[in-house]
Amino acid sequence: MTTIFGIPIQAFLGQLLLGLINGSFYAMLSLGLAVIFGMLRIINFAHGAQYMLGAFVGYLLLVNLGIGYWPALILVPLAVGLFGMMVERLGLSRLYGIDPLYGLLFTFGLAQAVEGIFRYYYGVSGNPYSVPPLLAGGTNLGFMFLPNYRGWVVVASLIVCLGTWLLIEKTRLGSYLRAATENPRLVQAFGVNVPLLLTLTYGLGSALAGLAGILAAPIYQVSPLMGSDIIIVVFAVVVVGGLGSILGAIVTGYMLGLAEGLTKVFYPEASNIVIFVIMAIVLLLRPAGLFGRDA
Amino acid sequence: MAETTLRNGRARSSSRLEQGLVVLGILALLAAPFFVYPILLMKMLCFALFACAFNLLLGYTGLLSFGHATFFGGAAYFCAHAVKVWGWPPEAGILLGVVGAAGLGLVMGFFAIRRQGIYFAMITLALAQMFYFFCVQAPFTHGEDGIQGVPRGFLFSLLDLNQPLNIYYFVLAVFLAGVFAIWRIVNSPFGMILRSIRENENRAVSLGYSVANYKLAAFVMSAALSGLAGAVKAIVFQFATLTDVTWQMSGEVILMTLLGGIGTMVGPIVGAGLVVGLENALATSGFPVMIATGVIFMACVLLFRRGIVGEIQARWNARRESRSGNKAHG
Repeated sequence: MTTIFGIPIQAFLGQLLLGLINGSFYAMLSLGLAVIFGMLRIINFAHGAQYMLGAFVGYLLLVNLGIGYWPALILVPLAVGLFGMMVERLGLSRLYGIDPLYGLLFTFGLAQAVEGIFRYYYGVSGNPYSVPPLLAGGTNLGFMFLPNYRGWVVVASLIVCLGTWLLIEKTRLGSYLRAATENPRLVQAFGVNVPLLLTLTYGLGSALAGLAGILAAPIYQVSPLMGSDIIIVVFAVVVVGGLGSILGAIVTGYMLGLAEGLTKVFYPEASNIVIFVIMAIVLLLRPAGLFGRDA
Repeated sequence: MAETTLRNGRARSSSRLEQGLVVLGILALLAAPFFVYPILLMKMLCFALFACAFNLLLGYTGLLSFGHATFFGGAAYFCAHAVKVWGWPPEAGILLGVVGAAGLGLVMGFFAIRRQGIYFAMITLALAQMFYFFCVQAPFTHGEDGIQGVPRGFLFSLLDLNQPLNIYYFVLAVFLAGVFAIWRIVNSPFGMILRSIRENENRAVSLGYSVANYKLAAFVMSAALSGLAGAVKAIVFQFATLTDVTWQMSGEVILMTLLGGIGTMVGPIVGAGLVVGLENALATSGFPVMIATGVIFMACVLLFRRGIVGEIQARWNARRESRSGNKAHG
């Protein structure tokens, strides 16, 4: 049997794939955080809750209305995005211009309230969400067996990340966004509706989290705890990558997912802390983060 | 000249008022166990000390830590282990908890002060989560079961802490000593430098202060005092569990401080009393605490960022200003 560093290649590649899938979610979530941070200068603690909300909306659509995975892929981000826009209008918009820590505290409270509501009604155990029939089964790649759905998640997350990057770097709307990040008052003076832009940005970030949630639903169990479990890891990813660059957030997300997968092969006990350890090392060597330009 | 006298007179009368209130508060706490369930009171006192220690960092140094559960829960584990497994007396166990928490604070602070603002918050959160995973896996914490049945023992081999009043007054003494220590730190020259860092870090640097060292010192002090609260809590409740090291616990202490008033001396005590009281009330009603605390969090941030005590102080000051203004004109 082929081995790498004394480990069967199947196990090795299997864990690497698992890491790549986790990395896909880290990338999508830290991308959303970076998009929101870029415009609003707020760290969205509720990002995990919105991810959980995405999975739950998908689950409830299926259970209550019989709406399946593919329509949910459109409906869920819309719903979570609208929820985000509402949050921004009613709450966050009142916190611009004061210490950004208040934004973090507000979204922390929001995350707790949302998680609390779902815990209250659905308990803490997970609910299964089955893989859509089109993507059921797997493909034999010769060296390993790849479940189709997992392959799809990797592809979908790449599309989402690339799409968001193109939206921000290459379109007119994106240029407004980037300009408003640099100097909101000047952009407003040019007749761009900056408050609307802020609302849309937070909506977009929330929608990304919701989309990640529905993509995650068939892989992980749909549980009220899924949001708070992942958000802290994603924060560490963001500290490593720095929030200054969209591309940095994406690349760091995939890299740390893979690092986590590799650790599972060699030293499983440390797999859930390896990202934090990497964060600590990066803080020692490059305090501003790998892609950080900000102070 | 008249202006200065007036101001001095005012300062004296207000400090006399404050002293009066402090004495009243202490008297109320001394009498409280005869009217209220002592266990609830002791829980409030432990959390009040925890919140005051947290406030030393957030309110007076301007650093928002999202990882203070590490020190509170970590110290509870150290103390419970020393007392139960090694048979140490309670005071030694508490001391170990404080030293352990200070050590953890040194490590976490060392990494966290490399970044500022929200990054500082995220780093402390991540490191605290790492400590949580450590506690889940380390054998001495007994995972989900926690360390149970910790004996309260005899304080200095003299005072039987199993007597409800004895342990209450012991906890009260620790609480008062802890708050006094914080008050001394805040009002010392060292505390003034901390405040200057909060107000304008760059200026503090340009004045020649090694800001990083001051921040680290404040972090370690805050951690040690949080550890004191956690270790005493372990003795009072006779157990140490994972609950105390979760990120929810870090959030809870932030809420207590925010609700009472960030950067006020009394605010965190009021906030801790209210949050613990609320949780106690909700525990029997079946309404989930998490929703309540989340909503209070949002309401605080949106409606009264100065917190309850902070708002009262601000209104009081404004009223006095306007009154003395009238006097000056008349």
